[in-house]
Amino acid sequence: MSSAGVGIRLVGCAKTFADGTRAVEPIDLEIRAGETVAVLGPSGCGKTTTLRLIAGLEAPDPGGRVLFGDVDVTDLPIERRNVGMVFQSYALFPNMTVSENIAYGLRVRRLPAAAQRERVDEMLAMMQIGELRHRRIDQLSGGQKQRVALARALAVRPRALLLDEPLTALDAKLREGLRVEIDTLLRRLGMTTVYVTHDQAEAMALGDRIVVMSHGRVAQIGGPRDIYFAPASRFVADFVGTMNSLQGTSRDGALEVTGGRLPWRGQSSGEVEVLFRPESVTLVESAEGSLTGRVLSSFFLGDRTRLVVEGVGRAPIIVETAASREFKAGESVYLKIDPHALLVLDR
Amino acid sequence: MPRRSRAFAFQLAFTVLVSAFLIVPVGMSITAGLTANYFQGVKSGLTLRWVGEVWRLYRETIFLSMTIAGTCLALDLALGVPAAYVLVRRQSRLTRLFEEALVLPVAIPGLATALALILTYGVYREFRTSWVFILVGHVLFTLPFMVRSVLAVLSSIDLRTLEESARSLGASFIQRFVGVVLPNCRGGILAGALMVVTLSIGEFNMTWMLHTPLTRTLPVGLADSYASMRLEIGSAYTIVFFVMIIPLLVAMQLLARPRQHAAAEEPES
Repeated sequence: MSSAGVGIRLVGCAKTFADGTRAVEPIDLEIRAGETVAVLGPSGCGKTTTLRLIAGLEAPDPGGRVLFGDVDVTDLPIERRNVGMVFQSYALFPNMTVSENIAYGLRVRRLPAAAQRERVDEMLAMMQIGELRHRRIDQLSGGQKQRVALARALAVRPRALLLDEPLTALDAKLREGLRVEIDTLLRRLGMTTVYVTHDQAEAMALGDRIVVMSHGRVAQIGGPRDIYFAPASRFVADFVGTMNSLQGTSRDGALEVTGGRLPWRGQSSGEVEVLFRPESVTLVESAEGSLTGRVLSSFFLGDRTRLVVEGVGRAPIIVETAASREFKAGESVYLKIDPHALLVLDR
Repeated sequence: MPRRSRAFAFQLAFTVLVSAFLIVPVGMSITAGLTANYFQGVKSGLTLRWVGEVWRLYRETIFLSMTIAGTCLALDLALGVPAAYVLVRRQSRLTRLFEEALVLPVAIPGLATALALILTYGVYREFRTSWVFILVGHVLFTLPFMVRSVLAVLSSIDLRTLEESARSLGASFIQRFVGVVLPNCRGGILAGALMVVTLSIGEFNMTWMLHTPLTRTLPVGLADSYASMRLEIGSAYTIVFFVMIIPLLVAMQLLARPRQHAAAEEPES
């Protein structure tokens, strides 16, 4: 089973609720056929509403249009959009067994019984849950429910798969495992997928592209690397991963900050704020041409050590190093920051 | 532990006493209905003669009570289940007001409701003299129990998301109402149904005002027999009432704990 699914376009779609709340400002969004797009943002940013606009559970404000391929589906209710949807709470039917849940979409489509059985078997095998087929829903673990919800959504051969925070209700370990599984599944199916999450690690791992949303607007659209290394705004930079900030004064091709000087080819003079990731910093042995700071605290993470360093810039910065030695609080460290990794963004 | 066992003995004695206070009259009543001559006591012999007399004199009231209870249930299901659904799905000031108004017939004395019905609709003679007039009163009185019972179950599940997921799978309104909504509030519907039937069969004070000599229900017949027949016949009539109502009460108790039952019966696989 490999159906590429359909490309999806939102054109000028806004959503204002009956009480006057503007959940989504007019947005334009294009999701290519077969692509997995992760919609990322904090709670209340409009990401779930955007998903519901695509699904047909919400109608956009007048003027907005939703297109599946070249077909305008704006006025088509969800029942007739043929999308597969997975909800945060899974929303499995408690009155039905696992098999009956998976068959539900086929039953309402009045598929012949034999074809229903065949498709259910196929889905059970694909999600590796064959032994659960006769179980009731309240006898399933969170991870099992998740698999059943995916199987049920995929059983109808949808044109697009829409996932609303599907892993949020699970514990961290299980989340990790299912993330890999979902990724493998989506790659294999080549299904057009919209994946809503507030977890940036999930978005980075699963999304071919990420749509970062904030206050009902799209803050940035791009591949995981674009989003991480070239954030379009302070909001994106802060929301995705850890970002350090240094205030400095540009003078003679260098940036003077508390704790030393940085090579600088940017703006020639005046106050500048630069941003950089913890992993863009290297610890060096000598004070020569580097920044000097003091370790405030250190966290040994196994494969690396995370240091909180003060004395460089005004606020403490976070540094990650592969060094496996122990760092003591108060110890002096010398830092170099990759000049290409320095970012300047408007507030 | 003498203190503790004394406390236990006291509690047991108290419980037995209270239970006896309530149960002995029931037993007396049943005995009276089966005794040949109540004033001579059980030694006069046991008989089903009085039960037979009740059947001969009052069977119409039994049939009418069952007809009214059954029709009342059908109407409560048709009105109450959709009403509960709407109350859950469309929560607004209006629906809350409706929910409160629905309970009024329970709060207001049945006599008052009955009088209001007679004042308003008494002039329509056909209606006033038919059993449907009593039915209207029963539906007014029992509907809130059905709605409340279904409402409680519907409020405890995430109905909106369940329906949305059914919609995403292509289910029309009818398909998801029948296939998802109804099965998931089955417990509430069953409990409500038993409650409605029980209340309708036993309803007296409103029915007493609404009935005519040709539309007498079982409790109205009971009152008549107590007032005008031998004590044995009245008591035998009570037995008939028990036979009708006790299975319903037992079923209601069993339904009150369906979850544990289901879990206990389910083999762990």
